[in-house]
Amino acid sequence: MQQNFLRKLIFDEKTRALLIQTLVIGIFAVLIYLVTKQTAYNLEKRGIGTGFEFLNIAAGYDISISLIPYDSNDTHLRAYFVGLLNTLMIAVCGCFLATILGFLVGIIRLSSNWLFRNIAYVYVEFTRNVPVLLQIILYYTILLHLPKVKQSLVIFDNFYLSNRGLFSPAPIFKDGFSLVIGSLIVMIIFTFFLKRFLKKKQELTGKQYPIFLINSGLIIFTPIFVYYLMGMPLEFDHPVMKGFNFKGGMVIRPEFLGMLFGLSIYTAAFISETVRSGIISVSKGQREASQALGLKSNFIMRLIIIPQALRVIIPPLTSQYLNLTKNSSLGIAIGYADLVHGFGGISLNQTGKAIEIMLIVMSTYLTISLIISFFMNLYNKAVQFKGNI
Amino acid sequence: MTIIKTLFASLVLTFGLATANAGTLDVVKDRGNLICGSNTGLAGFGNPNDAGVWEGIDVDVCRAVAAAVFGDASKVEYVPLTSKVRFTSLQSGEVDMLSRNTTWTLQRDVELGLEFVGVNYYDGQGFMVRKDLGVSSATELDGASVCIQVGTTTEMNLADYFGANGMSYESIPVETNSEADAAYLAGRCDIYTTDASGLYASRAGYPDPSAHVVLPEIVSKEPLGPSVRGNDSEWADVVRWSLNAMIIAEEKGITSGNVDDMIANSPDPETQRLLGVKAGYGAWLGLDDAWAANIIRQVGNYSESFEKHIGVNTPINIERGLNALYKDGGILYAPPFR
Repeated sequence: MQQNFLRKLIFDEKTRALLIQTLVIGIFAVLIYLVTKQTAYNLEKRGIGTGFEFLNIAAGYDISISLIPYDSNDTHLRAYFVGLLNTLMIAVCGCFLATILGFLVGIIRLSSNWLFRNIAYVYVEFTRNVPVLLQIILYYTILLHLPKVKQSLVIFDNFYLSNRGLFSPAPIFKDGFSLVIGSLIVMIIFTFFLKRFLKKKQELTGKQYPIFLINSGLIIFTPIFVYYLMGMPLEFDHPVMKGFNFKGGMVIRPEFLGMLFGLSIYTAAFISETVRSGIISVSKGQREASQALGLKSNFIMRLIIIPQALRVIIPPLTSQYLNLTKNSSLGIAIGYADLVHGFGGISLNQTGKAIEIMLIVMSTYLTISLIISFFMNLYNKAVQFKGNI
Repeated sequence: MTIIKTLFASLVLTFGLATANAGTLDVVKDRGNLICGSNTGLAGFGNPNDAGVWEGIDVDVCRAVAAAVFGDASKVEYVPLTSKVRFTSLQSGEVDMLSRNTTWTLQRDVELGLEFVGVNYYDGQGFMVRKDLGVSSATELDGASVCIQVGTTTEMNLADYFGANGMSYESIPVETNSEADAAYLAGRCDIYTTDASGLYASRAGYPDPSAHVVLPEIVSKEPLGPSVRGNDSEWADVVRWSLNAMIIAEEKGITSGNVDDMIANSPDPETQRLLGVKAGYGAWLGLDDAWAANIIRQVGNYSESFEKHIGVNTPINIERGLNALYKDGGILYAPPFR
């Protein structure tokens, strides 16, 4: 019996695999335990306090770029959220801009126009072969050499551009504006169903409807109508030069713009190559067949080529989004108060909790990346061919 | 890059076996040189000169310790540290000591497991503005944009000062002194704030130093001094008394020029103890009796170091002020050498 068991352990494939896996997990667990214990021991020996209580202490420093109300009396935890939101803001805006620019450049690179094609080629080769940090610093330096704040460029009477950023009027929503927003949302939902309805009708009768025109008309003009109906419940707070700076209004700071330009222009170069390879991967026959059917060239692109190209584009596009998000930690180079610069830098220095803060920051980036991957994978599934090929 | 450094230092704390069993003094002696955490570049305090040799009054503390331990002030390896990574580097044992305009605070002394061994420069936070702004007091700074070097006590003092005076400001947090200079000179911010000594040092390097003015308000106490790890009081004593030796030497009028003459002729008992004429005092620190004489011969006394690097005859042009000896109206004061 005993011998039988041992024999099974060594020669039975399933049992052996189970044994090895258990061993590996066991060794890993012991390793983690030892590292944790050793760390605690080292820290204690050096008289360094540990723990996460510091998150509830007042941070004591100000952050100017903040999406939520924050001042120096708020806790380090709140400073963390300010940094997180700043990171997400640059990531979302950056991915958005990079995608648009990347698709444009990718398509232009395949254009038959020699000049456009080669301009796109030079752009791609230049940006993707220069480190992104240098590009961010370059754009920021250019922004710093805009006119000084007292000599701001005035654009359309209401916008002021200087090396302190772009100051613009800030909207103030008064009673009744929520109805305007409400009507916009209702219209978006309504047009969605209208589109399905008209499509079905087209399939039944063969009659084509100008769906796009009707829907955009509804979405644009209904809220405007409601806006006037409610007696224009919107005012603007104009920035006014007072003392050292503009007071009032909104501002887009050069630190944000420098990051946005640097990250999106750099990442767009990679995305454009992805898009180009996606389009090329669609076999030539597809295009020829659709031409033979007499489809217009933008229909061919929109209905035949792009949907098939997306299958190839999405997986590498996901990793570009992840890269951009992680590269946003370079904000430290130009004073953009993202997660790494604010919480991972200033809080770390004020509290000295290097290990705790690095753990928090790293797991935050991990979580963001996993969430992006998750949604991109869902989208990827949606654009793949259905059924067996 | 600083992230990598922080990570690395954290890793050392995580995985590194505790090496602190052997005293730092023995480790340094065995290694044959002192590893000193210095500034990334602050003129007059810690900065490599044209020949690539580090110099400044903070650097002189490192040199003094090397002179005390090895009898050779040049046996120092400098590790430039940003304000963000400095404590982690010291804690993890990457450097033996820190001498880079670091403010002595309760939290750093106690919670971070460090030990501040003295003060080599009494400083306070100030504000620098362009002269043509016509500002004469820090209370007129409402609404201004402020460049701050992060990872310092500065941003907290700033928040406190502006908050207490009911003023608002826009903060532009930058990583190093040179980035702050660039942003300030480009007009991104109206004010550059850091320790007043740092402002003087920065201003000395500007294209037109006279176009900038340091406002009279000093809004904080910033005693800057060298620090070591808190679990090694033997080593802390060596660094502490190396600094004290320089201050006592000034008090006693011993300079790098007359030190040998003093050894031969001085009748003063404290001078004789300091210079090792009366034997036995070096052994208490684990050093030889000529340790202090070596410091004074090679580095000089406190006054020599001050005047050479940041005094009124240098471009940085700082008066002794608070940093004069107690008997000259300052607050510089070393415990008796006995």
